[in-house]
Amino acid sequence: MSEPITQIVTPTSLDYTFTAGGATERFLRGLKDGKILGQRCPKCQLVIVPARGACARCGVPTEDDVELADTGTMTTYTIVHIPVPGSDVKPPFVAATIFLDGADIGLFHLVHEVSLDKIRPGMRVKASWKPQEDWGFSLTNIRYFVPLDEPDVDVTELERRIAHA
Amino acid sequence: MRDVAVISFAQAKNVRDAGAVNEVEIIMPVVAEAIAQSGLARSEIDFTCSGSSDYLQGAPFAFVMALDGAGAWPPISESHVEMDAAWALYESWVKIQSGHADSALIYGFSKASSGKLREVLNLQLDPYCVAPLGIDSVSLAALQARALLEKSAYSEKDFAEVAVRNRANAKNNPKAQLAGDYSVDEILAEPCLVSPLRKHDCAPISDGASVIVIAAGDIARRVCKRPAWIRGIDHRIEPHSLGARDLTVSASTRLAAEKAGVNQGPIDIAELHAPFTHQELILRDALQLKDDVEINPSGGALAGNPMMTAGLSRIGEAASRIISGQANRGVAHATSGPCLQQNLVCVLEGE
Repeated sequence: MSEPITQIVTPTSLDYTFTAGGATERFLRGLKDGKILGQRCPKCQLVIVPARGACARCGVPTEDDVELADTGTMTTYTIVHIPVPGSDVKPPFVAATIFLDGADIGLFHLVHEVSLDKIRPGMRVKASWKPQEDWGFSLTNIRYFVPLDEPDVDVTELERRIAHA
Repeated sequence: MRDVAVISFAQAKNVRDAGAVNEVEIIMPVVAEAIAQSGLARSEIDFTCSGSSDYLQGAPFAFVMALDGAGAWPPISESHVEMDAAWALYESWVKIQSGHADSALIYGFSKASSGKLREVLNLQLDPYCVAPLGIDSVSLAALQARALLEKSAYSEKDFAEVAVRNRANAKNNPKAQLAGDYSVDEILAEPCLVSPLRKHDCAPISDGASVIVIAAGDIARRVCKRPAWIRGIDHRIEPHSLGARDLTVSASTRLAAEKAGVNQGPIDIAELHAPFTHQELILRDALQLKDDVEINPSGGALAGNPMMTAGLSRIGEAASRIISGQANRGVAHATSGPCLQQNLVCVLEGE
């Protein structure tokens, strides 16, 4: 009996020129200048972030750019105890959905510099930006969000507004 | 069988490179146009089905992102085929036949300009014995063209005539990428790209999207003055191994045409998804089209060939001529795989 062939190697590689799209490109350029850009849907009026050029709910183009604050309210979260490959943020840290002030869709980001037993929905947070000289076309210009010394926001009220939009 | 008709068709302009826009931005205006034209509201369309390929987009599950362009709120009933969207139309037709839907939105799209299409298409071949050779889609088509020249009475002049007619027809198609007046002699004087194929024998590489709305009986009659009824639709596939097939004929097209009932009535127009001139000749023969049939009034895939949707566009082009009253009974064809491996045939008719 001859040896079974268990594998052969056939190297394959494909190169792509990936295009983010018009709206997302403006969003990424905005980050380079320290701005967070969302877009207002002409139909449901919700402000979507990151700007995608489309309202995922209505399936209509969004053209109206809206600059958002770098402060917001944390809704849901999880505490991550294992390191994330390629990330400088040391565990444990918080991965959270953050409703930036002026936005109607949660942005996914990290929350840090917070004692973990104090984490709660409705907490106010603010972006902690990298030094300006390190800014690129990336949401990682914001290292993470940190707690803001402000009263909590009623999350159920926030979520109800969006559900009924 | 339920009566089902195409009631709306829209497509993006076929272009070599759509530039910095993403797939959602290509699809969305076309979906909006097709829905507006259908006379149905988005919420009245029961089922959504798309055709695209992650290999073309360069990202896994990329079709999920494209849903942003189709509007998925409130949550919709949706499906996807990793094939030309003509097969998404087939799935939608089956869904309507089964009684689980009365209407459907079908869309297909691709942005081939993101990658190198000839290399991407290599990966659909047998991964052990064929793909590693690096043979590309145009070379395989050329192999088929050579076999046809050797075995049939067709000549390179016949290929050129197909190119001349399609390019001329495309002048009336505002969405065409390539159109114009050429002469057979002019084309034959050009050098071969991959022998025996010249540049004009090959469809261009295109970015694009197209959208069709179909609906069952009463709904179609209510919203559309003259629906394009799907009288028959069938698709057949041949073996993966190129050596196991006679490349000079299309047995799968012939069988699908028979099942779809192509020749049960006179045909006015045929929209054939032939990305290469010699393939139009093979398809014409397989469909047993008579000489008076107008072939590819839109210019066909030679005028613009966005992968994963050029087949759906053939159905749309045939249907829109029936809807407008220019034609009464037409056949549309879509293909997938190397050298016409898989073929779908759809018979459309006005009332």
